[in-house]
Amino acid sequence: MRSLFTQIARQQPHGPALPVFTVSQINRVVRDLLEAGIPALWLEGEISNFTHHRNGHMYFTLKDEAAEIEAVMFASQNALLQFTPADGQKVIAFGQITLYERKGRYQINVLEMRPAGIGKLQLEFEKLKERLQAEGLFDTRFKQPIPRFPERIGIVTSPEGAALRDVLKILRERYPIIEVLLFPARVQGEGAAMELAGAIRAANRYSLTIEPLDTLIVTRGGGSLEDLWAFNEEPVARAIFESAIPIISAVGHEIDVTLADLVADVRAPTPTAAAQMAVPDRRELIEFAQSARAQLKQLVFGRIENYLLRIEMLRRSRGLHRPVQLLHEHEQTLDHASGLLLRAMRERLARHQERWQGLVRHLESLNPASVLRRGFSVVESEAGQIVRSAEQVRVGERVKIRLHQGRLLSRVEAKESDHGKEISKD
Amino acid sequence: MEKKSLKIESALARLEEIVRQLENEQISLEESLELFEEGVKLADSIQKKLSEAQLRVKKVLEEAEGFKIEDFGG
Repeated sequence: MRSLFTQIARQQPHGPALPVFTVSQINRVVRDLLEAGIPALWLEGEISNFTHHRNGHMYFTLKDEAAEIEAVMFASQNALLQFTPADGQKVIAFGQITLYERKGRYQINVLEMRPAGIGKLQLEFEKLKERLQAEGLFDTRFKQPIPRFPERIGIVTSPEGAALRDVLKILRERYPIIEVLLFPARVQGEGAAMELAGAIRAANRYSLTIEPLDTLIVTRGGGSLEDLWAFNEEPVARAIFESAIPIISAVGHEIDVTLADLVADVRAPTPTAAAQMAVPDRRELIEFAQSARAQLKQLVFGRIENYLLRIEMLRRSRGLHRPVQLLHEHEQTLDHASGLLLRAMRERLARHQERWQGLVRHLESLNPASVLRRGFSVVESEAGQIVRSAEQVRVGERVKIRLHQGRLLSRVEAKESDHGKEISKD
Repeated sequence: MEKKSLKIESALARLEEIVRQLENEQISLEESLELFEEGVKLADSIQKKLSEAQLRVKKVLEEAEGFKIEDFGG
């Protein structure tokens, strides 16, 4: 097509046999020139002659005080519009300048369009964002940690909104032990920003003067860009920054990041996520308590078993080269000790009948003789002492091993620590 | 009578501490029984408190005379 244009341009006015083009050919050339010469662009104007055709396409004119341009927005693109265009509306449209070849009319094929007001808002937003950023309002050094185990949480939102329902549902499921204080504020429309800022400050005054709040959730559900706008306004950003209570902000959906989100200590993608960040999950805590309880039981039972085993061994060691009288005293002490133990256990059992029933059954099944039967053995030194540590005997020393049936007379050949390391000979 | 002011955070920390102490062989049997008793009580009361709790929601309005607090059905 370019070559055709070059051909035209090179024609000499008086040259022989000027070529004749068809209308289609020349419109094609002009279209290509327009599309190649003018990149896609944003255009601001007012809509007039708007029609939404049966075929789904939108046809309209964009104009300013002095000029007009035809515009078309095809069905596939206008299906994504966030608003309904109408005559008289100021918009900014993104599209490609082209030629409608059949009519020889030039136009813009609109790919994306927004109300012009938003464009201005967006611009103001960017400026404010830059300013607050320069002031340090988004700095991580000002971010406060969110307490893991809060006792009282404040929520700044609309009492009627879906966001509040979502947050309360999660708090109820995960951690209903807390108290929730709602500081109501309108979350959209004229004056919403002032109400939000006021509620955040009220929560802080409440926390300071009545009872402390651990965390504050500032939230609203999804909506259009304009709906979320209050959370982009300076008073809200400042109130969040000044809050002594750590703030989780959750405005709109995942993709919407407002100034409130940037200033807050933590940003949550949705109201539900904000609630999840604010409290631990009680199911996990209960699980922890239960496993700790089981572990305690195991540790104490193990200890009692050990103790009974030692008592039994001492009892058996009587008569081994010891004065009889001493033995009797010894025996008495042992009886007393084991009696004390059992009595102590029973006293507790009486107090905690249910809880301790398992333990008593266990205790009584622990017939000391059965310990040896189960394969434990006891080692005695030459001096007749129970050997509990390798430190107690020397290499070469003779030891006696008591089994369930009979004894073994043995000699220590080497010693090892628990980790299998040989202990230096002494 | 259940202590009303049982703080979950400190109760969990204490429970963890008790398990750690019991793992230590040095303590006496008498002591270990006491720890056991305390730990079991603590675990049970944590579980009870967490399972039975009902979320309390209130609405707070700031007025000229101070804060007005209402129950919020939610």
